[in-house]
Amino acid sequence: MSDTVRPVEAGTANSPLLSVRDLKMHFPIKEAAGLGRTKKVVQAVDGVSFDLRPGGSLGLVGESGCGKSTTGRMITRLLTPTSGQILFKGTDIARMKEKQLRPFRRELQIVFQDPYSSLNPRQTVSNIISTPLRVHNLVPKGQELHRVQELLERVGLNPEHHNRYPNEFSGGQRQRIGIARALAVEPEVIIADEPVSALDVSIQAQVMNLLEDLRRDLGIAFVFIAHDLGVVRHFCDEVAVMYLGKIVEQGPREQIYTAPQHPYTQALLSAAPDLGTIRGTPPKERIRLVGDVPSPIDPPSGCRFRTRCWKAEDICATQEPPLTPKTKSGPGHRAACHFAEPKVDLTAATA
Amino acid sequence: MTTPANDASKGPRDTMTGTVPSGGGVAPERNPSVATRERRTAAISPSGETPYLVVEDLTVQFPTADGLVSAVNGLSYSVPLGRTLAIVGESGSGKSVSSMAVMGLHDPKRTRISGSIKLGGDELVGLSENELMKIRGDAVAMVFQDPQSSLHPLYTVGNQISEAYRVHHKVTKEVAKKRALEMLDLVGIPNPIRRFKQYPHEFSGGMRQRAMIAMGLVNDPKLVIADEPTTALDVTVQAQILDLLNNLQKEFGSAIVLITHDLGVVAEMADDVLVMYAGRCVEYGTAEDVLARPRMPYTWGLLESIPTVSAANERLRPIKGLPPSLLALPSGCSFNPRCPYADRVKGERCTTDLPELLPVDGAGAHTSRCHLHDKASIYEAEVAPRLG
Repeated sequence: MSDTVRPVEAGTANSPLLSVRDLKMHFPIKEAAGLGRTKKVVQAVDGVSFDLRPGGSLGLVGESGCGKSTTGRMITRLLTPTSGQILFKGTDIARMKEKQLRPFRRELQIVFQDPYSSLNPRQTVSNIISTPLRVHNLVPKGQELHRVQELLERVGLNPEHHNRYPNEFSGGQRQRIGIARALAVEPEVIIADEPVSALDVSIQAQVMNLLEDLRRDLGIAFVFIAHDLGVVRHFCDEVAVMYLGKIVEQGPREQIYTAPQHPYTQALLSAAPDLGTIRGTPPKERIRLVGDVPSPIDPPSGCRFRTRCWKAEDICATQEPPLTPKTKSGPGHRAACHFAEPKVDLTAATA
Repeated sequence: MTTPANDASKGPRDTMTGTVPSGGGVAPERNPSVATRERRTAAISPSGETPYLVVEDLTVQFPTADGLVSAVNGLSYSVPLGRTLAIVGESGSGKSVSSMAVMGLHDPKRTRISGSIKLGGDELVGLSENELMKIRGDAVAMVFQDPQSSLHPLYTVGNQISEAYRVHHKVTKEVAKKRALEMLDLVGIPNPIRRFKQYPHEFSGGMRQRAMIAMGLVNDPKLVIADEPTTALDVTVQAQILDLLNNLQKEFGSAIVLITHDLGVVAEMADDVLVMYAGRCVEYGTAEDVLARPRMPYTWGLLESIPTVSAANERLRPIKGLPPSLLALPSGCSFNPRCPYADRVKGERCTTDLPELLPVDGAGAHTSRCHLHDKASIYEAEVAPRLG
């Protein structure tokens, strides 16, 4: 496997591997009632920008419907964005035709959430993993099995099991097969879309450690999509918090978790149930949001979070706050809020 | 901390009583094993209060083509009114199966249930379907994990809640509607009158779960079984629902059995905690005991596997291997193939003898199932520092 090691060179570490600029995905919906063709759209992702450096890991966090998975699917071009740029090593792949896209598909791989529905039940493991090898002509004929076994071993599965079907494996093992399939083409970026949320706690930790090894040993950059704040804190150097199709706060991990600026991030962190609070001991400060996330068909004007925000004032309804560095924030830490203010006591240390 | 102030009626441990519980309407012929073997184990809750729900030596087995699956094996616990017991475990550990047995939801033709489930003193095991119907939704209510699939899509939410009330109360539709509106309001659904007429698909996930809770609580149940009530929800909505359950419990003083795999939820909600592994209870005690002073390697493993919001640990320490198949449990302690401490037990006891569920400090109400001698010192010296 030494051929796949791609140590991060010092010179390239500063220029981003992947840059996303003002990415938008608007899904048109059909209006059932009414005569006129009133075109409505679901603004699933509305202007997302971020950079991923080689070997880095960016966490996209948010609640369901915030557009984090849609963003991941656009980056891998499983969806074609409505507008915006996806720059991979400087080349914009956002509107590329399938044929031109082929070589880039090799570089950008995705691992899906549900290990049950993302593997074809009628294909053997060896077939599942070797298909990308054949598609991209990576391994000479006859040596595919050898490579498959190598990959199975890399992800911690028994190489002897290459002839089995997905139903013979447990959830955690299936997720490893999905990871091996992504690794087969030696990608530079893996988009991991909730890779551990379908797994049991003890298995989740095993898969997390595997992903971490891959990042360290093979220098693969990760876009890690998750709703679990603990998992993201563990895995990602940089975190972007999404709400209703937009990034509301972004910055280095420690900044986001210890001094969150945006009210939504603060609410998210304080809502996460934490082992530190055992009944009887004084609980950490609670921020309770009221109501639900508004519909992305007709999002609130101005700041999208204002309908649930306790700091909201008139300006929030009229002016959309830009994602900018705030006065009290550290380097690289940006928040989209008119009243951003760091709050430090939300994740009081355990014990 | 509580003292084991057992009330006298709960006899000493391991008393063999060869009798069938002769509560009203028990049909022992369906469960002959109850008659042959009823073992009284520690049925006092870790708090020492008089329990409302008492489960003793519950065993649930499913005969399958591949053999007999023992999903729950000799489980005993109890919950007093006003307290919350969290049952924790991974998928397949038997936590849902055991609570479905409390609700009498297993098909008697395909399930073998033995042991005793007493609700306010009345035996539930062996009751007929008709008798169970009277209890379900009245004294005991269940809140399911997935409100999407547990609400009927073709009836309005209001209809379903008032029906749940009318089944157990002889009242007119108007009275039931009034009660349903009251409940919708109580669980924090805005504009109940409009919501009453809506169908489940018009509700968001959090609202649906609130509606489920409203339906569950419409008859003022004394026991609520919440099976992963927040697993399908987002974290901010989860916090709302957990607060709601907490507040409702304070108001109505019901007992709650909370089934979950999320130890964070346990820490926020539970008074008592029972950890299950491969169908057996492996540790049982107050939340403080189990989470702050755990005395079983499996519990340690669970605690070490979680990446928490409050600390970015260096590397996670997962439990190695996979949970065993219930068809072929390992001999001795079911956890021994995955246990990193098994080699510290003298001889081969871990692989030959199933450890008893014994008090960790010789007497207290905190029990665990492990052969290790110096559990306390191993935890303090090795595990606790890693947890930080």
